[in-house]
Amino acid sequence: MGRVTAAAAALSPARRGGLTRERILGVVYLALAAVIVFVFTGVEAGDSSAFGLNLGRGGLQLPDVVVPSAPTAYLLALIAASLGAMQLIRGFGTRWAVVLGVVVVAFVLAFLTWASAGGSINFAGLLQSTLQRSVPITFGALSGILCERAGVVNVAIEGMLLTGAFVSAVVASATDNSWLGVIGAVLAGGLLAALLAVLAIRYLVDQIIAGIVLNILAVGLTSFLATRVLTPNPDLNSPERFGEVQIPVLTEIPLLGPIVLENNVFIYMMFAAIAILSFMLFRTRWGLRVRSVGEHPKAADTVGIDVYWVRYRNVILGGMMAGLGGAYFTLGSTGSFEQEMTAGRGFIGLAAMIFGGWAPVGSFLAALVFGFADALQSRLSILNIPVASQFLQMAPYIVTIVVVAGLVGRVRAPAADGRPYRKG
Amino acid sequence: MTGTPTAPVPHADAMGVGDPAPTPPAGGQSAIEAWVRGVPRALVVPALALLTALAIGAIIIIVSDRDFVTQMGSNPAAALGAGLAKVRDAYIGLIGGSIGSPRAISETLLQATPLILTGLAVAVGFRAGLFNIGAEGQLYAGAASSIFVGFALVGVPAFIHLPLAVLAGIAGGAFWGFIPGFLKARTGAHEVIVTIMLNYVAYRFIDWLLNQPFFQREGRTDQISRFVEPSAELPRLIEGFRTHWGIFLALAAAAFVSWLLFRSTKGFEFRAVGLNPSAARYAGMSIGGTLILAMMVSGGLAGLAGASEMLGSNKTLTPGFSPGWGFDAIALALLGGARPLGVVFAALLFGALRAGATPMQVSTGIPIDLVVVIQALVIMFIAAPALVRGLYRIRVERRIGSEVFTKGWGA
Repeated sequence: MGRVTAAAAALSPARRGGLTRERILGVVYLALAAVIVFVFTGVEAGDSSAFGLNLGRGGLQLPDVVVPSAPTAYLLALIAASLGAMQLIRGFGTRWAVVLGVVVVAFVLAFLTWASAGGSINFAGLLQSTLQRSVPITFGALSGILCERAGVVNVAIEGMLLTGAFVSAVVASATDNSWLGVIGAVLAGGLLAALLAVLAIRYLVDQIIAGIVLNILAVGLTSFLATRVLTPNPDLNSPERFGEVQIPVLTEIPLLGPIVLENNVFIYMMFAAIAILSFMLFRTRWGLRVRSVGEHPKAADTVGIDVYWVRYRNVILGGMMAGLGGAYFTLGSTGSFEQEMTAGRGFIGLAAMIFGGWAPVGSFLAALVFGFADALQSRLSILNIPVASQFLQMAPYIVTIVVVAGLVGRVRAPAADGRPYRKG
Repeated sequence: MTGTPTAPVPHADAMGVGDPAPTPPAGGQSAIEAWVRGVPRALVVPALALLTALAIGAIIIIVSDRDFVTQMGSNPAAALGAGLAKVRDAYIGLIGGSIGSPRAISETLLQATPLILTGLAVAVGFRAGLFNIGAEGQLYAGAASSIFVGFALVGVPAFIHLPLAVLAGIAGGAFWGFIPGFLKARTGAHEVIVTIMLNYVAYRFIDWLLNQPFFQREGRTDQISRFVEPSAELPRLIEGFRTHWGIFLALAAAAFVSWLLFRSTKGFEFRAVGLNPSAARYAGMSIGGTLILAMMVSGGLAGLAGASEMLGSNKTLTPGFSPGWGFDAIALALLGGARPLGVVFAALLFGALRAGATPMQVSTGIPIDLVVVIQALVIMFIAAPALVRGLYRIRVERRIGSEVFTKGWGA
């Protein structure tokens, strides 16, 4: 399939020079500034917006940050516009990501100022919700990283999340033990991944087709079993959710403490997974071997690495990671399984993985962006703004498209990603 | 470029498949192989795939049964017997509901109509090397624009109104297909992610539309659109049966796709780009333009499926009116080998499964989703012919699936 890759490279925008892309980014920044000026300043004169910085519990209480709505929006528009102008005139070279981040933050703050004009918005709550909603997306992205760093494309993350959610609900309910539910979800994710690995590695099935098949299978099986088994036996779908675990002393840190350190166990597991995977992938011999299999399996094979074993192992580990993320839906969030409850989070996780350049920390930051879009739409439907809730609900999906379209030429996938390896 | 890119060369098989008249070796021939020898080669894998999927479905029915689980410990034989009886009832219900009566056959054709069209949509994508998972969203986009033209124009004669409404559906789907095609051509964004995301965007957009006064039916608070005008309706084939002229639209579309792919210059370009983009580029074809056009044709076919549903059977738009035809389409395109005629037969089969699923659920309580599981298993076995080959110890060509390639993420 070398020919296909060659053509993909020929198609890749990076080859068409960065100039056009720099210009497009500049124009986008100016357009965002224009939106701020023409839409987000549409508030009553003298209105102010308040940002709450507490989660309402004890500890050190911070005062609300109150800003005048219209002037703040103009200031943020000025920032976005000047960055856009500089982008058009001379570009930012390798610092484009930082500038993009600043412009996006300015735009979001302007939007929040507008949405909360004459009232207040619980900024701390928004951030905590962002973190929580990024959990399954992060686990999905980590799953993708494990598989794709070894050269296997995994589009079955969605199905693995869904399976994990289902199995964790059933096992936790049946055994009255949430931890057994987590273990069940991890094993179920691993099992689905093993099937993916066999299809992709042993039978050389196109990896995207194999992944899509597993997604359909997961949707079909979980919906079938939910109707046939869970509906007549509701006691099998009432697991105990994990409670909040507060880290003592550290929760006293203003703002950050309550947001990060008053959460259920999934969030701490997520941070642990990010740290461990980052270290393993980039600082150990294990990681070097995985990456060599994903970049140049033939070379890896030549120096004695068992390419098939590394791929099988990583895909299965990836499935277990996604299964863990799936358990979050039932045991960490809603408390019961619903059909197709993952609603595309697995695919958003894939986009986060691409956005994050196939690295754990980068993917987590990307997942935070998606989590924020998700948290925002759920909160803004309460606020009184003249945008239909359906359009806000589109936000995470549209952000995904923009990210995939805008970044795919800027980040580099493992060289052997998606290509089956045939010995000899 | 002079050669015609016909079917990709099958991998040379060590066992000599592909010989014009393979002489069976004296020994080592399995019973199943002997049994299937009279069946055309192209049908062996699909048939065995379906049989295996039904067998696994039977196991799932049995083990998910409450009586079976409780009885298994005390009286395994009786439990198994009762389980098998349930399977028999379920599959009898499935078959009876799909071909058991004139009404059942009408329902099968009704279900097959959108499946043929969405299956063709995915097949066109496959031929151009594109994996269109957005047929569902394109179907909704087509349905929304078609129903809008269907109810907004009043007092227009049918011979103008009906074609306009159908064309609106095609245009809506084509537009929804244009977006991923354009993004793929211009930025390299992988169509798999973009089309999946656009599915969700389409759901939300329909959700919004159905709350708008110009779209929602008067006097209703739930999400339902106005009725299509009689002048834009696709008539029923036979009064009293639900199947309608949409089936002929679908068959005409299959003929069109057949011509487009295998007899026209554009189709040649689709296949050339799908098989070998570098060579196509070298031959002077515009890869980007071809990708965009292929996605638009693909989306237009899915949009036509939406139009046919709106104007022929539903007559009104509701959220979730499609039971996942756009996703079944992936299975259909694979099952049909990305060939129009193959897709039509595969769609008739899946239409029968869909049509039979509801009576099955009513009479035996087995959830409709069983059909989704069976379909997923069918694709799995079709996509991995080696699995079937290993399972039944037969020789089959490795042919299907070679039309499609994974392309990483375009980076």
